[in-house]
Amino acid sequence: MAIGVSTPEARRRIGRLERIWEEPSGLVGWLTTTDHKRIGLLYFFTTLFFFGAGGVEALLMRTQLIGPDAGVLSPEAYNQLFTMHGVTMIFLVVIPMSTGAFGNYLVPLMIGARDMAFPRMNAVGYWIYAASGIFIYVGLFIGRAPNAGWFDYVPLASKEFNPSMGIDFYALGLLFLGVSTTMVAINFIVTIFKLRAPGMSLNRLPLFCYAFLAVSFALVFALPPLNTALVFLELDRLAGFHFYDVAFGGDSLLWQHLFWIFGHPEVYIIILPAFGIATSIIPTFSRRKMVAYPFVAIAEVLVAFIGFGVWAHHMFAVGLATVTAVYFAAASLIIVIPSAIQLFAWITTLVTGRPRFATPLLFIVGFIVFFIIGGLSGIMFAAIPFDQQTTDTYFVVAHFHFVIFGAAMFPLLGGMYYWFPKVTGRMYYERFGQASFWLTFVGSALTFFPMHIVGLLGMPRRVYTYPDDLGWGAYNLSETIGSYVLGAGLVLILVNLTVSLFRGRPAGNDPWAGDTLEWSTTSPPPEYNYAVIPVVSSPYAMWDTEDREADARRLDRGELTLEEGHETVSTTAQDAVLDEVLEMPSESWSPLLVAVALSGFFALLLTEHFVAAGGFFGLTLIVIAAWHWQEPQEA
Amino acid sequence: MNHRQRLGGRGLALVAFTLLAVSGCGSTRQSTLEPESHPARLIERLWWWMLGGSGIVFSGAVSFLVLAYVRRRRSGLPLFGEREGLMTALVVAFGIAIPVVTLSGLFTASNIFVIQKTSAPSASSTDMTIEVIGHQWWWEFRYPGSAAVTANEMHIPTQTRINLVVRTADVIHSFWVPQLNRKIDLIPGQENRILLYADRPGRYRGQCAEFCGAQHAHMALEVYAEPPERFQTWLANEAAPAPEPANELARRGQGVFLSNACASCHTIRGTDADGKIGPDLTHVGERDMLAAETIPNRLGYLGGWILDPQHVKPGNKMPGLNLSGPDFRALLHYVDGLRFEAG
Repeated sequence: MAIGVSTPEARRRIGRLERIWEEPSGLVGWLTTTDHKRIGLLYFFTTLFFFGAGGVEALLMRTQLIGPDAGVLSPEAYNQLFTMHGVTMIFLVVIPMSTGAFGNYLVPLMIGARDMAFPRMNAVGYWIYAASGIFIYVGLFIGRAPNAGWFDYVPLASKEFNPSMGIDFYALGLLFLGVSTTMVAINFIVTIFKLRAPGMSLNRLPLFCYAFLAVSFALVFALPPLNTALVFLELDRLAGFHFYDVAFGGDSLLWQHLFWIFGHPEVYIIILPAFGIATSIIPTFSRRKMVAYPFVAIAEVLVAFIGFGVWAHHMFAVGLATVTAVYFAAASLIIVIPSAIQLFAWITTLVTGRPRFATPLLFIVGFIVFFIIGGLSGIMFAAIPFDQQTTDTYFVVAHFHFVIFGAAMFPLLGGMYYWFPKVTGRMYYERFGQASFWLTFVGSALTFFPMHIVGLLGMPRRVYTYPDDLGWGAYNLSETIGSYVLGAGLVLILVNLTVSLFRGRPAGNDPWAGDTLEWSTTSPPPEYNYAVIPVVSSPYAMWDTEDREADARRLDRGELTLEEGHETVSTTAQDAVLDEVLEMPSESWSPLLVAVALSGFFALLLTEHFVAAGGFFGLTLIVIAAWHWQEPQEA
Repeated sequence: MNHRQRLGGRGLALVAFTLLAVSGCGSTRQSTLEPESHPARLIERLWWWMLGGSGIVFSGAVSFLVLAYVRRRRSGLPLFGEREGLMTALVVAFGIAIPVVTLSGLFTASNIFVIQKTSAPSASSTDMTIEVIGHQWWWEFRYPGSAAVTANEMHIPTQTRINLVVRTADVIHSFWVPQLNRKIDLIPGQENRILLYADRPGRYRGQCAEFCGAQHAHMALEVYAEPPERFQTWLANEAAPAPEPANELARRGQGVFLSNACASCHTIRGTDADGKIGPDLTHVGERDMLAAETIPNRLGYLGGWILDPQHVKPGNKMPGLNLSGPDFRALLHYVDGLRFEAG
């Protein structure tokens, strides 16, 4: 149900809000925007671009592996491509797409806020993300992409064994990107704690937002070890330090520990937003509330927390003491439980509801099936001897593609269909939507399932070719065919959504009878999101019809409409009691300039012009200072 | 086709895939599912049990999804209707209670029992030691107590507990012969150990499992398990220095070897060649394959390898030699003749 604009008084208030929140049109508007929705869209299109790049890399690799001893790619090209595929999909696609695009667009809407807590920091986050993505890709285009895998183990990545600049593109690029990711995470935490609609106490927070809260905390704590590892690596490479150099008392396993202390929470950082999307789509399409809401909320937080205690299960073959390995195996089994709670909460909700199997829900069902497969194979790695047998084989590749593509990407694809009407105001084509689901589902199964078998048959990961007498050919052929089918499915999604953007029938505010607040505003939402800040009394705010009618009446009265300035409300962290009205900053060039100056800094570090790099770092600080001297614009 | 049939189709595909895997097409010399030792067999058994358990969980969960589809027009639980408490209880049962029980079982079986057989062996429990040194991109095998050194093709006695000590000369590698045991990483500055044991004679293929650079794909090895007497003969032969060149051509070939770059990277015991970069070639003629099991050890391949190693295995550390025709033929003849005296 939309908020009715019943009276001239309400129309006058909306007119004022339109004027206050309006941003410049055209290119300038996009370059200076602080609107979380436009930033979300910028993220979305950029991640889509990188998704295409990572996909092409995957198809090239699969083509090389179509049969034994194929000669499509040179070993060096293959090694650069598999490294870039991993770096791209993990750092430049899944995380920025889930947090930057979906989270940015939806979290403020779901909690009834008019923007993120720090709109300009949000913009800086985007521009730094885009700049660091380009930075990393420059390496590929000049033929010097990183080639030591996304895990970048030393000493293979040390200057001695890898003098190529590719590793520096990797390390500096990820440090650069980390600045952005940290900003995004902090922004979500403050936004979710302080900008919730009055009445949205923590026990009424939509489960989607719980997922993003958990992810953000995990990011804030997981990134420092990665950044430390990367700084050590660059000090070794550029300045002659010996953190990882055994010959000088360093330790190559230090890298592995630091990397996986980041890298395993990272896995849950990748998957939690997908859980959040699933817990949005399932209630809407099942036409009932989630079963066991408090269990699911706690499970989401627990996954993020326990995720920090399992990292060494990536290292069972390095020769850890048995007692150490057994501890990490136990932790890895414990983390199964919060995942199982969520899984059965989704399934029970589907069973007890009256599900409509439209495209978004189909993707969620596909997600559940793939998550079960990926989850079960994941459990097997906690059996240490089995892990030591199958680690670094295609069995692992199968496992984490079921988790990262099947379980993390499928909800994002379903989410694209689910929120498409909200973002564009138009409906997609359902029939083509379902066809695209079946293509991607069958394509994924065909691509990733045989990898289990070929791994058990002894095929190691990261090999650019394989001999013909070990019985691996047929499975690899199936995987390659599957990857083409999968590619076709993804292209069909893109075509469907692109055509629908221009030709789809108007969607209205709430085509799905959705459960959360974003469906109460217009499609697409206005710059200020809500003409009146909603007041909430359950996690399924959109199904509380009386509350929404009360919102409409408050718009008439001018209560919580804040049409005097560029403002939103802040509430208390736990109970969401109205706290104060916040003046929100508006559009600015500073975020883009910060990203440009910082790009100069990293580019000069890369080329080892340290003094000039220092100059650009100073310039970055000056831009930040200038930005803070600027007063927020008055209405 | 309705949803249920589709899901059924997936299940069938799964079974078909699994059958295909078991029956195997092509050789299974590197398969974890064809164990030839006690530890490898335990791991394989662990896998089938886990697959069975996973099959039950998967079919159970998928049948709930099918149920959701079948009952899509009715709300509430089958039989029990809208009882929120019962629904939560279901989540607790399937999400907490059952996993706690089954996972405890798995933990006990794998990480308390099976792990004892696959961990590094105690020093007193083994009968002999073999040292493995990983190089980009080949394997060096040493037999302490003997002068024998070889590369890429390890010979072991059957039914003998071998203490395998692994280390690396450069980056991280991982020693893995799936039919005999799990893998173990070769870490700089560290010695790792693992048990190697073969029930019966045979050739067991292995491969480096940790990404180690450009030619990670071509860093394979073969384990030749032989009855202990035959192994002892092999070891004595391998420990002996290289045979004297048998004829004039071979003598010329030896001269070519010693006066060119060959000798600065390779060792031939009994000559002045004592390079450490590449494999020991003392008895290279006895090996079945070259370049870490990349090409067969036959004259044609050997010649191609010597002339243009970068074509065969791009990125490897062996330079191509610019030799005159007669020099090349002599070198080829000499290297091919590096065999056991007795054999």
